[in-house]
Amino acid sequence: MVSHILSWLIFFPLIGAAIVAIVPRHQHNLIRWISAGATALPLALAIKVFVSFDRTTSGFQFVERTEWIRAFNIHYYLGIDGVSVTMVLLTALLCFLCIFASWGITKGVKGFFVLFLLLDTGMMGVFCALDFFLFYVFWEVMLLPMYFLIGIWGGPRREYAAIKFFLYTLLGSVLMLLVMLAFYFFSRDPLTGKHTFDLVLLQQQNVHIGPLTSMTLRNVCWIALYIGFAIKVPVFPFHTWLPDAHVEAPTPISVILAGILLKMGTYGILRISYPLLPDATRHFALFLAVMGMINIIYGALCAMAQKDVKRLVAYSSISHMGFVLLGMSSFTSEGINGAVLQMFNHGTITAMLFLIVGVIYDRAHHRDIEGFGGLAHQMPRYSVITAIAFFAALGLPGLSGFISEALVFIGAFQTYRMLTIVSAIGVVLTAGYILWTMQRMFLGSLKEKYKALPEINGRELFTLVPLAVIVFFVGVYPMPVLNLIKTSLDHLNKLVTGG
Amino acid sequence: MANVESLRYFLPELLLTALVLAVFLVDLGLKRKKVPIATLMVVGLLVSLYAVLKTPGAEGVTLFLGMVSLDPFSVFFKVIFIVTAVLVTLFSMESDEVEEKNFGEYMGFIAATTLGAVLLASSNHMLMAFLTLELVSVPCYVLAGYISRSRRSSEASLKYVIFGAASSGLMVYGISLLFGVTGSLSFEGIRDALSAGNPGEIIVLISLIFILAGLGYKIAVFPFHMWCPDVYEGAPTPITAFLSVGPKAAGFAVLVRMLHVAFSSSDGAAAYLTDISSVDWPFLVAIISAATMTIGNLLAINQSNIKRLLAYSSIAHAGYLLMGVVALSQLGTQALLFYFVVYLLMNLGAFLVVLNFRSQTRSEQIGDYTGLAWRSPIGAFVAVSMAIFLFSLTGIPPFGGFIGKVYLFASIIQGERFIWLAIVAIANSVISLYYYARIIKVMFLRGIDAEDLGGFVSSPTTITLLTILAVGTAVSGIFWGPIARWVSHSASLFFG
Repeated sequence: MVSHILSWLIFFPLIGAAIVAIVPRHQHNLIRWISAGATALPLALAIKVFVSFDRTTSGFQFVERTEWIRAFNIHYYLGIDGVSVTMVLLTALLCFLCIFASWGITKGVKGFFVLFLLLDTGMMGVFCALDFFLFYVFWEVMLLPMYFLIGIWGGPRREYAAIKFFLYTLLGSVLMLLVMLAFYFFSRDPLTGKHTFDLVLLQQQNVHIGPLTSMTLRNVCWIALYIGFAIKVPVFPFHTWLPDAHVEAPTPISVILAGILLKMGTYGILRISYPLLPDATRHFALFLAVMGMINIIYGALCAMAQKDVKRLVAYSSISHMGFVLLGMSSFTSEGINGAVLQMFNHGTITAMLFLIVGVIYDRAHHRDIEGFGGLAHQMPRYSVITAIAFFAALGLPGLSGFISEALVFIGAFQTYRMLTIVSAIGVVLTAGYILWTMQRMFLGSLKEKYKALPEINGRELFTLVPLAVIVFFVGVYPMPVLNLIKTSLDHLNKLVTGG
Repeated sequence: MANVESLRYFLPELLLTALVLAVFLVDLGLKRKKVPIATLMVVGLLVSLYAVLKTPGAEGVTLFLGMVSLDPFSVFFKVIFIVTAVLVTLFSMESDEVEEKNFGEYMGFIAATTLGAVLLASSNHMLMAFLTLELVSVPCYVLAGYISRSRRSSEASLKYVIFGAASSGLMVYGISLLFGVTGSLSFEGIRDALSAGNPGEIIVLISLIFILAGLGYKIAVFPFHMWCPDVYEGAPTPITAFLSVGPKAAGFAVLVRMLHVAFSSSDGAAAYLTDISSVDWPFLVAIISAATMTIGNLLAINQSNIKRLLAYSSIAHAGYLLMGVVALSQLGTQALLFYFVVYLLMNLGAFLVVLNFRSQTRSEQIGDYTGLAWRSPIGAFVAVSMAIFLFSLTGIPPFGGFIGKVYLFASIIQGERFIWLAIVAIANSVISLYYYARIIKVMFLRGIDAEDLGGFVSSPTTITLLTILAVGTAVSGIFWGPIARWVSHSASLFFG
């Protein structure tokens, strides 16, 4: 029986967007509740997926396939496996929570929610698509709402940040477009004799023909794909759009950016570069690991130097995404599982961090670390939530960040001893900037002007508590997530290493 | 086919000729002209469109002793020209740039240009190609200068004439050289002479360059693009829209036919043609293509007048379109045709927004578009439509322009020889986003808090047309199967 659950996950927000678009523009609350509904159903479906997901198979599940354009053998082809299922869950959860984090948006409310729901559709599509063309369309479709969401509702330098984000990511994706076309023309389905965009079929190396059997072109393709994905992650030196975009974006959009969009980079590498070009992947594995190490150290050092707490969180994302790269380039079961778990964990932790920054910014209207102090006296509940997120980010045992970072290190140490040892310095640096920030903002004496700062409210708690629960739970008992991803990732690992 | 027999297949052209005459005649007897003449135009054009679709022998016959060729390829372009003319007629109704007393002649010239374009796309003979190219050009010179008492408009017209005359002269000279070495002016005749033996590489190269100069001027490619920004800026907006699609498509149609029939031959394999002229013209065209798109995009960046910006953007698009010629394959030709379908929708759409904005605010400055999305619900609608057209021009899914670019890139990658051109083209796509996004930026990213921007309204006709064009642009990016089948049928003629 064909289940249409993935289609519903992707297109229900789009239906929501269409409904919001016809609501009168002054009905702010109605718009917000429709949007909440349009993301709540996908969340419910995602939970259903989580429950009924078959953890014993590495194949694709919930598959849907229909012909889309016959002339180019393009299919509407969806399916998820262990690599994508956590991302689907994360997307559904964060989109739902971010609707509530967007409650405070007061100008252009209708436009905001329409674009937000379109963004939701695009992101969900990227994680479910199994046809390269479809993947590419979703990948780019996502850029449009993002550009407007940063550009219209962002901070003072929003115009610059928005276009920089757009140009960078477009550059990356057009490179991917060329590779996509190369895969199409230099592949032949042995059954039908046609060229194909089918990502599952393209994994079979005997489908590749002509120039794509030469190592030179395969390496070139790998690098072009890498640039496209590295811009998204972002990997040094393509990271400069990230601090601008994250800082200027409104809180919910920063959450989506850091929580989901960054993962698309590493997801793309795992979904496309790894299985389609396993030989080139092996060839560049060390390079990937070195880039991971640079990201970890460089991101942490940059974070340490920041005065703006949102900028600090942005740089900490660069650092944490480095762990993903390091883990997945190790080709060990621990490393690659740790990497994907880190993608999930970073999604929840960094979402918390941005929400937390948003809470204080809404009250104090600035984000200068030095400008605060002693907030723990004034806002105890807020401080507890912050402490959880901060400690999870620095990898405190018992919280989720620890598990994934430990797995990454265990995996990577087997393959790259020196790199792992150097990367471990990153953990110390992370502890450094996090604790130091904690101290400057929450400890010490409270500033006079913040004596009347209101405590975190119910709506804000509603967005943060579910994430905190997940962070706790995965930190103590990560098996539900690991079971979900393990079969597929071990299979992928075997595919790449040829074992 | 002999002359008298041919007439049966020539009905659409005869109807268009009759329309040109009818418009001029009706013009004489009317005082309030706009509505009746526009109605006559639309009805006449639609009747000839019907005739185009219903004419028998659409599988490929040559008429008038080989002068004119009737085949799916020419039928495709005829449809494009007539649809463009219908839309431009409706645009002209919405515009206040053309005075009512001149409206009849103005429409007559549009009909005459369309007739020329239809014949140009079917030309199978150098002489016919040259004559019909002039039939397209001469009315356009007049149309470009149609805003009476406007210095800019007169300047545009004069520049257009001078550049046009020079390049026509070059083209005739090139044709005469080619006749000298091959002894024939029909495309097939030239092909036979070229494939029979080497008639002198240098002469063929020089004549090809001269002919490309003539056609390159018509489609505004580097280095023959200089007239384009001035003419686009000075001409009445509906005419700018018309020039950017109709005559450009006509130039491309004859260019493709000439290069594919006279200078190439099919070597049996169905998907590709080979160059038989011993002059490496695909390489030459690839260079022109790369230079055109780069120059067009770089110069567009700093424009403050939106018509000038769109002029440079249309130069850049001519560069992209040449990729389809360079590929010299069935897919390349399909790509070119596909691109024209979506280019028609998105480019005319963008110009309709410019026209609408101009009629409201008397301004063509990009800076004046500030906060258009927030001025009124109609303003928001117009701004969203414009965003769709501009993103489609950039080549971002899910809009038609994206599929068009995919087709063009695909043809280059399939050919394997000019991969560098595809890389130049993607770099250009990124550059183009920068300047298209400038317009989007002022429309959306600014003015959300401003109070005093003033309202914005559009006529119901404009709203309807914008809806059709915007929906068309979006649908052609999602359900493009039918267009793919149509262009595949239209492009198959030169192959196998």
